[in-house]
Amino acid sequence: MTTKIYIPRDAAALALGADKVAKAIEDLIAARGLDVTIVRNGSRGLHWLEPLVEVETPEGRVAYGPVKARDVASLIDAGLVDGGNHALCLGKTEEIPFLKQQTRLTFARCGVIDPLSLDDYRAHGGLRGLENAISMEPMAIVTQVTESGLRGRGGAGFPTGIKWKTVLEAAGERKYIVCNADEGDSGTFADRMIMEGDPFVLIEGMAVAGLATGATKGFIYTRSEYPHAIATMAQAIEIARRAGVLGQSVLGSGRAFDMEVRTGAGAYVCGEETALLNSLEGKRGIVRAKPPLPAHKGLFDCPTVINNVISLASVPVIMDKGASFYRDFGMGRSRGTIPIQIAGNVKHSGLFETAFGLALGEIIDHIAGGTATGRPVKAVQVGGPLGAYFPRALFDTPFDYEAFAARDGLIGHAGIVVFDDTADMLKQARFAMEFCAIESCGKCTPCRIGSTRGVEVADKIAAGIEPEKNRELLADLCNTMKFGSLCALGGFTPYPVVSAMTHFPDDFKPAPLVEAAE
Amino acid sequence: MNIHQPRGDVSGRTLAIVEELKGLEGPLLPIFHEIQHEFGYVPQDCLPVIARELNLSRAEVYGVFSFYHDFREHPAGRHVLKLCRAEACQSMGGDELAERAKRLLGIDFHETTPDGAVTLEPVYCLGLCSCAPSAMFDGEVHARVDADDLDALVSEARR
Repeated sequence: MTTKIYIPRDAAALALGADKVAKAIEDLIAARGLDVTIVRNGSRGLHWLEPLVEVETPEGRVAYGPVKARDVASLIDAGLVDGGNHALCLGKTEEIPFLKQQTRLTFARCGVIDPLSLDDYRAHGGLRGLENAISMEPMAIVTQVTESGLRGRGGAGFPTGIKWKTVLEAAGERKYIVCNADEGDSGTFADRMIMEGDPFVLIEGMAVAGLATGATKGFIYTRSEYPHAIATMAQAIEIARRAGVLGQSVLGSGRAFDMEVRTGAGAYVCGEETALLNSLEGKRGIVRAKPPLPAHKGLFDCPTVINNVISLASVPVIMDKGASFYRDFGMGRSRGTIPIQIAGNVKHSGLFETAFGLALGEIIDHIAGGTATGRPVKAVQVGGPLGAYFPRALFDTPFDYEAFAARDGLIGHAGIVVFDDTADMLKQARFAMEFCAIESCGKCTPCRIGSTRGVEVADKIAAGIEPEKNRELLADLCNTMKFGSLCALGGFTPYPVVSAMTHFPDDFKPAPLVEAAE
Repeated sequence: MNIHQPRGDVSGRTLAIVEELKGLEGPLLPIFHEIQHEFGYVPQDCLPVIARELNLSRAEVYGVFSFYHDFREHPAGRHVLKLCRAEACQSMGGDELAERAKRLLGIDFHETTPDGAVTLEPVYCLGLCSCAPSAMFDGEVHARVDADDLDALVSEARR
């Protein structure tokens, strides 16, 4: 029987040499005449072990990692093809604690299947949600998504079903489903992993959204920094079209839905939904004032559902297994699962999908195993460049939209960046302002001007110029930006700045003036 | 990446690209991407052609072009090195790596070495935050980049 060896094609694995590993394995199995096929899967999300090579054995898949091309000969000698033992052998993949502790609903297939095999996708439960949706009235689909408790995974946490209901009830000859795949937040890569590792789940989710709201056209707006995701998504759409999953009659339902991928051009602010819509229309990525809501007047002024990748990719499992199945995971008003992305200076980095409610400290200390450098954790930034820095004192915060908000933070797109005790929080606060200045769309004054002034004030504090006065000024500026900005870029930049000042005041004290001491 | 010098006439090739893509809904960004792919940058002679064909003002077309960080007004060097400057990479020594790159190349971000070999650019997140610091060299991604890896990339670019 032909043995299957899995070598990821995910960008993280590629960036760590997966193609070289694949080539080395290919060459050696050819030279030795071994009966092996290589499958290029997505990533399992155990990124500190990438490239993670897996072999299918009668007992299940056995993992090896991190594998370098130079390890391949010794791996084959050790009997890789039969799951043989080797220093890099990690045992059965499913038994690796980081994976075993997870609840994978949205990422159930990611890293498991060949991302571009629709047969694989079906064999692992794919398209069942869409098939169910086809037999339902639009309002029933909307109700099921609403009752699942699914909230926007892009960060805002708005109930997905309510958004869909608004679009369903909006009058319009044309309606659109727009997938926000402009994943620009540092520390996040869940959207990229889905697009590269299980693109059909996103296509299925968007098709369900189309059936639910009467939209017939979808756009996935993603980033130019994600060339692999763009290529995989475009291929998957073509495959889905040829198989009749997309097109004039979705799975023979007689209802049309089609989609295309569009690429941004390096503007972070286009992750804001109204800026994204402008960009899709071919305009500058300038934020629009709301109202009107995109659900009423969105893309080309038509009613538009705009959802994050993970929100849409969570829809198929809800339509397959039911609203209550999904809703039974989680805590409070945060229902279901959340793919937490653990990044930065951390030992066990990667993607960890779990029900809402896990304490931040549990994630950092136990699941992630502390820092990669072995030094103490100083701060973690949750929710990307607009998220707050939390000190160890707040590690009891449960991973939940409301719990983070109650502590002046946000979970955002669920990325966590860990910093060790060498981090300078004044520098991080300055960077938050600098990033805002670089990426501001320029429409509103607090964001456009405030961010530049913020950098200057931070520099004055660092230089020891009237530190007390300038700390007050920085806090005041943050207040203006928070309440006076049009969108989350200017409005949330204060989160990292204020949290850094609040929790790490020592870093904002003036540096000892060497000149004065001499 | 090789230096792309406009071959033949810019407006003719621009016209062909616009003709091919103008049927898309919201065609302007796909057109700019295709033009940059074709020429390696966006020659300013393209803009009036696009404006005319899409029935937009030249100011509108220039406004869109200039808004996005990706679109270049001038050709890049033969190679483009992008270093991630965002938080996850900062937490793993990204700042030191950036300083090293600047020193090795003798240029700052957004600049090209005098011999035209390398353009150095910042990038805000390649989505490789779990294996930081990361870089993109001529479109290929690199993760857990250390000083040796960077030196190797720079000398490859210099060859």
